Amino acid sequence: MSKDVAVEVRNAVKAFGQGDSAVRALDDVSVDIRKGEFFTLLGPSGCGKTTLLRLIAGFETPSSGQILLDGKDITRDPPNRRPVNTVFQSYALFPHLTVAQNIGFGLEMQGRPKAEIAAVTANMLALVQLGPMAQRKTSQLSGGQQQRVALARALAPRPKVLLLDEPLSALDLKLRKEMQIELKRLQLETGITFIFVTHDQEEALTMSDRIGVMSAGRIRQIGTPRDIYTRPVNRFVASFIGESNFLSGAVETGGVRLSCGDLVEAAGTEGRSGKVTLAVRPEQVRLTRAGEPGALPATITDWVYFGTDTHCHLALSDGTEVVARLQSPATGDAGLEKGKAVALRFAPGAAQVLGD
Amino acid sequence: MPSNENRQRAASARTGWALSAPALLLLGFAASGPLLIVLVYSFLTPGDYGNVVWKFSLDGWRGILFTRDIFDGTLHLADANLTIFWRSVKLSLLTTAITFAVGFPTAWFIATRPAKSRALWLFLITIPFWTNLLIRTVAINEVIRNEGIINTLLIWTGLITEPLRIIYTDTAVLIGMAYVYLPLMVLPLFAAIDRFDMKLLEAGYDLYASRWQVLRRVILPIVKPGIVAGSILVFVPSLGAYVTPRVLGGGKNMMIGNFIELQFGAGRNWPLGAALSMTLLIIVTVALLFYVRAANRGSPHG
Repeated sequence: MSKDVAVEVRNAVKAFGQGDSAVRALDDVSVDIRKGEFFTLLGPSGCGKTTLLRLIAGFETPSSGQILLDGKDITRDPPNRRPVNTVFQSYALFPHLTVAQNIGFGLEMQGRPKAEIAAVTANMLALVQLGPMAQRKTSQLSGGQQQRVALARALAPRPKVLLLDEPLSALDLKLRKEMQIELKRLQLETGITFIFVTHDQEEALTMSDRIGVMSAGRIRQIGTPRDIYTRPVNRFVASFIGESNFLSGAVETGGVRLSCGDLVEAAGTEGRSGKVTLAVRPEQVRLTRAGEPGALPATITDWVYFGTDTHCHLALSDGTEVVARLQSPATGDAGLEKGKAVALRFAPGAAQVLGD
Repeated sequence: MPSNENRQRAASARTGWALSAPALLLLGFAASGPLLIVLVYSFLTPGDYGNVVWKFSLDGWRGILFTRDIFDGTLHLADANLTIFWRSVKLSLLTTAITFAVGFPTAWFIATRPAKSRALWLFLITIPFWTNLLIRTVAINEVIRNEGIINTLLIWTGLITEPLRIIYTDTAVLIGMAYVYLPLMVLPLFAAIDRFDMKLLEAGYDLYASRWQVLRRVILPIVKPGIVAGSILVFVPSLGAYVTPRVLGGGKNMMIGNFIELQFGAGRNWPLGAALSMTLLIIVTVALLFYVRAANRGSPHG
């Protein structure tokens, strides 16, 4: 394994329950998380992302498989022996301690000298901008402030990896946006590997270096936010992250023959034959005049104004529905009328053949 | 209008006091009346056949610590009384410690059961309350006496040849009190542990605390109100225990409660009994003040 891998998960399986009623929360998951990266586990609730995080933290042991930290097998190490810290969804701050005592707790348990604990705590308080709150009880803080204390507490012992279990889900929208930026800043400043769990695709796309998309106990795709968004490997990924138009067709030389009879260019046809599904993002669909050569004839069935965009619902000649997201013009309604015959075109490289 | 509002508030406060007055009067009378009688009696002279003679005397209070020599009338420290005080405090502290040591795991066990079975476990804890205290204590006697269940079994298995002498010792009193007061420790501990956020355990382990450190640095400080409540509920009645030392301690291993009873009965020295009662009250109050202050140190919101 290469030197720049922080956490390596090898064929991890986690089953809960016994015999026939056993549920596989994780089903043969393998993933390498690189040093210093912001890695996000993204998936709907119950997909196993939190279980994977708890396996890395040491709160659960895998039914089979291995977890390596810096190349060392830590599969059976208890949480207090792992240089890994967690920011909990509910923060789990110690209610009997002050903000400063909470932040210093990990260092104290490691038996560091008092002077060092005081110095690191002061640095952390400054880093999360909570200096004046040092002597408060955590119950006297707002949700956002508690969140910062939880972050500082987990960062203070300088873990090799920081695990974040949906830490922003309890915050309101505005605060969440602020904390997204804050988290990214902390990650860059400390250089610590972050593994972030969320079900919020926007959070994942804006913050991550790489994303692992999970469903039903498996990792479906790993890649940069751009990869995941523009080149989804299957229908689940394409529909979970952003919106997609799904078109069925068959691979031919030069592209994919859609069910409406037209041939379109598509990425990912290599090595594929027969029936396939194409995914096209709504913002990659362009409208042109009816009869334009090379464009697909379509009829406008409906349109909805969203402010910055207007969503235009279209039907292809065989009735297949396609949504186009168009930038709303400064004035007027861009000539959209129900029942109007138009033609549409996909932006170059926008159509992606999906796997099964 | 603020003045109008104030007037209304004052009026409703007056109504409140007026409505609670009967209850307050009754409570005040019931709480302070008997106490005042005991206080007054402690400064009177004992009658020949019990009761008191209305003549001021400090002999009752003096009798707590001193005995008067029959021949030359000099005062000597009453060793026997001091032994009884010391035994009462020691046994009560030990009872509190034992009920905590047994009650904490029990309360933890119950609090971590699924919500459905929790009610059943709590119900089981309260079952001993259904039986009269005397009956329960006599049952303990039956278990630990020389020809009792434990000794019969041990002799039958051949582990010992002579019965273990437990009954009528301090150990017997301790066993009995720990058994009788255990539920009073478990219930407040359960209430505190039930509110404890189990996520904090994970947070503790995650931040490099060992199991022992998690217990000492996270669990115990947070459930401290429950520990304080349980300890008070056990310590206070232990100090004044009467039935248990009487049945399990025999005549010799008296505690303050038995000593007081003796003054009002065979001793025919009501003023001394009254003074002893007041002393017990003072010991309990001082102990509670110390305990509560120690428990609250370093936790301004506890």
